[in-house]
Amino acid sequence: MSKITIPLGPQHPALKEPENFMLVLEGEQITGATVNLGYNHRGMEKAAENRTYIQNLYLIERVCGICSHSHTTTYITNVEELAKCETPKRALAIRTLFAELERVHSHLLWLGVAGYEMGFETLFMYTWRDREQVLDCLEMLSGNRVHYSINTIGGVRRDISAEQKAGVIKRIDYLIERTNYYIKLALEEPTVAARTANVGKLPPEVAIERGAVGPTARASGIARDVRKDEPYLIYNELDFKLITHNTNDVFGRLVVRALELVESYKMIKEVLNNLPEGPIAVKVPMRIAPGECVNHYEAPRGEDIHYLKANGTDKPERLKVRAPTLANLQSVAYMMEGGWLADVPLVIAAIDPCMSCTDRAVVWDPKKGRKQVYGWEELRKLSIEQYKRRGVDFTRL
Amino acid sequence: MKKPARVFSEVIKHLFKKPATCGYPFEKAHIYPNFRGRIAFESDKCIGCQMCVRVCPAKAIEIPLSAEQPAAPAPVEGQPPVAAKKKFDCIMKLDHCVYCAQCVEVCPKKALIMTQDFELASVDKKQLRRHYK
Repeated sequence: MSKITIPLGPQHPALKEPENFMLVLEGEQITGATVNLGYNHRGMEKAAENRTYIQNLYLIERVCGICSHSHTTTYITNVEELAKCETPKRALAIRTLFAELERVHSHLLWLGVAGYEMGFETLFMYTWRDREQVLDCLEMLSGNRVHYSINTIGGVRRDISAEQKAGVIKRIDYLIERTNYYIKLALEEPTVAARTANVGKLPPEVAIERGAVGPTARASGIARDVRKDEPYLIYNELDFKLITHNTNDVFGRLVVRALELVESYKMIKEVLNNLPEGPIAVKVPMRIAPGECVNHYEAPRGEDIHYLKANGTDKPERLKVRAPTLANLQSVAYMMEGGWLADVPLVIAAIDPCMSCTDRAVVWDPKKGRKQVYGWEELRKLSIEQYKRRGVDFTRL
Repeated sequence: MKKPARVFSEVIKHLFKKPATCGYPFEKAHIYPNFRGRIAFESDKCIGCQMCVRVCPAKAIEIPLSAEQPAAPAPVEGQPPVAAKKKFDCIMKLDHCVYCAQCVEVCPKKALIMTQDFELASVDKKQLRRHYK
């Protein structure tokens, strides 16, 4: 049978955000897939260089609508580390609370999207209705549903009152009941298993090789979670399980996310019940001492890495964001190969892709003033040369 | 254990429940007290330090001198003359504003106030440039 190449996206009903996948088809079966990025590039890293640290907070928050707290917390950890600022314990606890509430809202959203892609729209309707409860919690605590703006350099902006605490716990209790029902539903409903089992297989060795992160890696049986591996905020004081699953397919990713929800509810209650007393923020000077800093954070979709370089002024010299979707896209190409065309939307949705997080790369030569596209070989040569200058030799690899 | 049509009983139960959505334009939306809405301005408190202009991430705020300045207080015998307090206006560009309320937080005199106002969409562009005097 002859092979044909078809483009999926950038405009396609199955994709929520513009991105292009070139699929090589043999009949209905996919024999090769490549991912092309760059349709959602907004120049955020460059824009960050022209804004002060405090203005950047609101810019970084808008890197992604779903993990807005993840990006600001990673950024702010870098800034606070460079400024040698002692963040109050209460502020760290409130940040952890928001991080977990955000994980709950992101995972519930994903559960809905997965239901929708499976053709199980009842699940989509129910999870999105229940997601309103956690969005209400976030709105009650911070003032807004999506861009909470709770972080500020040196602490958090809003304190939590006893009344708000009771409101959150009431809503979380409702969500625990609902989530237990969804877990039962996912495990017992044969249509879910039939649609997701053995779809988008990602064996553990391939997941490691391609650098999969977050629930995608954990569903392949790799126990990798920044919250456990290198605890930040107050995660070292919290009691939670690292969820993994060994089916390596979309079903495993569904189970991992659903069980992670339960762990998050546990953590939210624990943080709220043991909220340390004290101030919520300390003053940090506008100018940050020169230096470099890298930090990582377990966003709902996986490991989020931020690099920050300060030059002693009130503006950063360089900010680099590595969003979790970028790490997972290589695995998507593998997961699609050998599968069927009809499974593609489900496989892509299974990593919970966030293209607006991911698209930040552009190759542009300011001296020549023109754009240049580098091939794989050239990029490899460039990186080997760069590491050679630092004294590391990668030529043998 | 596989149980087909597990969700069916749940669906039937929901037939007799109230809708989860709210009828927003006809019903008033519920706003929490922390909500960050349109920023209001009190001219008599402003000292024109421009801190809000400097922290605004969206360049949405301007603090120009007012066109009409108050007269200097009448000089008192035997004391040096007191300069008139300068009066400032505020121009808020609602289409630029990201409603982060950083300006409210940074204002040393509490001249900027966060309101609960959120129905700000307009077909008239002039409506989006509010000039507070």
